Amino acid sequence: MAFEMFSPAIVLLIAAVLIGIVRGHARTAVILIAPIITLWAIWQIPDGVQATVKFLSYNIEPVEGSPLRRLFATVFAIMVFIGGLYAFRIAKWYELAAAYAYAAGAIGVCFAGDLITLFLYWELMALFSTVVVWCGGTPGARAAGMRYAIMHLLGGVILKVGIEGVVVGTGSIQIQPMLATDFSTWMILIGILINAAAPPVSAWLADAYPESSPTGSVFLSAFTTKTAVLALILLFPGEPVLVGLGLFMVMYGIIYALLENDVRRILAYSVVNQVGFMVVAVGIGTEMALNGAAAHAFAHIIYKALLFMSAGVVIYRTGKNKCMELGGLFRTMPVTCVCGIIGALAISSFPLTSGFTTKSMISQAAVDGNLVWVYMALTAASAGVFLHAGIKFPWFVFFQKDSGLRPKDAPWNMGLAMIIFAGLCIGLGVFPEPLYALLPYPVEYQPYSIGKVLFYLQLLLFSGLAFFVLLPLMKRTMTISLDTDWLWRRVAHSLLKLIERGLSSMSEVLAKQRARLQKFLHLIAVRYLGQPHTADSKERGMFARSWPVGTTALWIAGLLSAYVLLYYL
Amino acid sequence: MNDEKQLHWLVRPSTIRKLWIGSSIVLALTVLAQTVIYVKGYFGFDAWFGFGAIYGFVSCLIMVLVAKLLGLVLKRPQNYYDEPQQQQTTDSIQNKIKEGNNGV
Repeated sequence: MAFEMFSPAIVLLIAAVLIGIVRGHARTAVILIAPIITLWAIWQIPDGVQATVKFLSYNIEPVEGSPLRRLFATVFAIMVFIGGLYAFRIAKWYELAAAYAYAAGAIGVCFAGDLITLFLYWELMALFSTVVVWCGGTPGARAAGMRYAIMHLLGGVILKVGIEGVVVGTGSIQIQPMLATDFSTWMILIGILINAAAPPVSAWLADAYPESSPTGSVFLSAFTTKTAVLALILLFPGEPVLVGLGLFMVMYGIIYALLENDVRRILAYSVVNQVGFMVVAVGIGTEMALNGAAAHAFAHIIYKALLFMSAGVVIYRTGKNKCMELGGLFRTMPVTCVCGIIGALAISSFPLTSGFTTKSMISQAAVDGNLVWVYMALTAASAGVFLHAGIKFPWFVFFQKDSGLRPKDAPWNMGLAMIIFAGLCIGLGVFPEPLYALLPYPVEYQPYSIGKVLFYLQLLLFSGLAFFVLLPLMKRTMTISLDTDWLWRRVAHSLLKLIERGLSSMSEVLAKQRARLQKFLHLIAVRYLGQPHTADSKERGMFARSWPVGTTALWIAGLLSAYVLLYYL
Repeated sequence: MNDEKQLHWLVRPSTIRKLWIGSSIVLALTVLAQTVIYVKGYFGFDAWFGFGAIYGFVSCLIMVLVAKLLGLVLKRPQNYYDEPQQQQTTDSIQNKIKEGNNGV
């Protein structure tokens, strides 16, 4: 089978349609088999542009292979399979169909050979991820989905403006490395960064993801931000702006996650934090850094999905999603608890987990580039990750106090999905070589040296100590934290209200004036035409009175003589 | 429930005490191990004795304090964004009542 014209994304799109058509075991079969076929198809694509189609004088390249693209597509396909396994028994069919179409968009972006194809799949992702958010089914999910859609469609428009500019400027729609030097390249960069949840619009992520269903958030956590990272690697390697931006995202994620009470929102903020690491790496732009960004994205998708799965099971079983209402669940949910802890250790890049073997590549790239401050900030952030996600998440959900909740553990399919991903987290941590072999550039990197392991153990264990020492300072409160979205959710909202009030008072004034005018005209009419329905005894208006016949004859005589006079003039 | 025996073994006060002692020993060991194991610093100062431990602890302390301070400014009740909508609904209800009165 040739995948010269058809991206492997088509397989998932067909699957999305089939999920809607077939039922029962057939649907389960589609859900589980389609990602495997997709994965196979991904590995059938050789390097380089596969075909060129002429469309409106543009050379469209629907499929282009490269090790980097294949790496991202591979982890996306694995994610769809495990996500499908996790979700197929409790998710609504339309949620699964939307999630598969969303994943198809992500895989399509991976293989897009030109900017136009990239844009099409980009929008496909935006559309169907919005549907996944809406599948949360609550009024909150509806509103959040609307805000999510507006943000992503806006991002799409900005990206499109940039693409048009580049096409007009250079005449080429090729995907090739560029730097943000003029208006159109800036627009492309901004359009991509919106999807990466970069400041100042990071808020969309923590706003939308926690509102989706327990299964929906697993899919959402994987694709949008990571395709943005891929696009950054392809288009803006070594763009210096990204280093500062990424460091900001890293710190933003930690601080907001520390303030947060909603379990999945903590994880959502830590997505921003982790994507920040990758953005920094793309900004550094060396082979080592880009390898690190790609490897970290691969590992991140797996452990972040694992964390969202663990949180999803808790929410599915208890119906609660606030740290304050949870706690002590380790008693009855051992599988979910252990898998959650493994995911938490991996995100904190504990030695022997996938986070350690991938994230340390980014730190190494900073060292190689002699970027002292970047390295120190990333190291501090690693400690902070352990603080806000590594300990905080499992502690508040599974330990903390006894909430009295005794929910059942995960259903078999959810447990199996979590166990597979937990196994991958440890597997990639112990044997990183297979992953290193997939990276875009040759890897000569030794993740483990005894001194480095000791350094990271000191760093992480003492941040753990800091967590328990500072626990009184981290008492959860039933609050949310303001973000830049306050500007449009509150300020813009009040402004609109103000305008609305102004318009309505204006219409009140207009209505009053209209009433006055009506009254005035009525008076005149009464004066000349008489009261409607007046009794005969009352005096009528001038034209409504009855006049004697003689008066009429006089009037006619007068008119006739005037006519004759005019005739002879 | 407060009876020691009835609690899950992991949350008994005696276990928690043992956990604190055990982890303190582990923490001390990770620092002391640096006397035997050479930590290769990249920039000189990061090879100092116990640098990782102090850096980890202090940066977490700073992050928690910054978060705490920002929290004073940024934290709002959970229904902060729902409020205007609620007001709107009460407004519209009042309007309906008014309209009803007009009708009568």
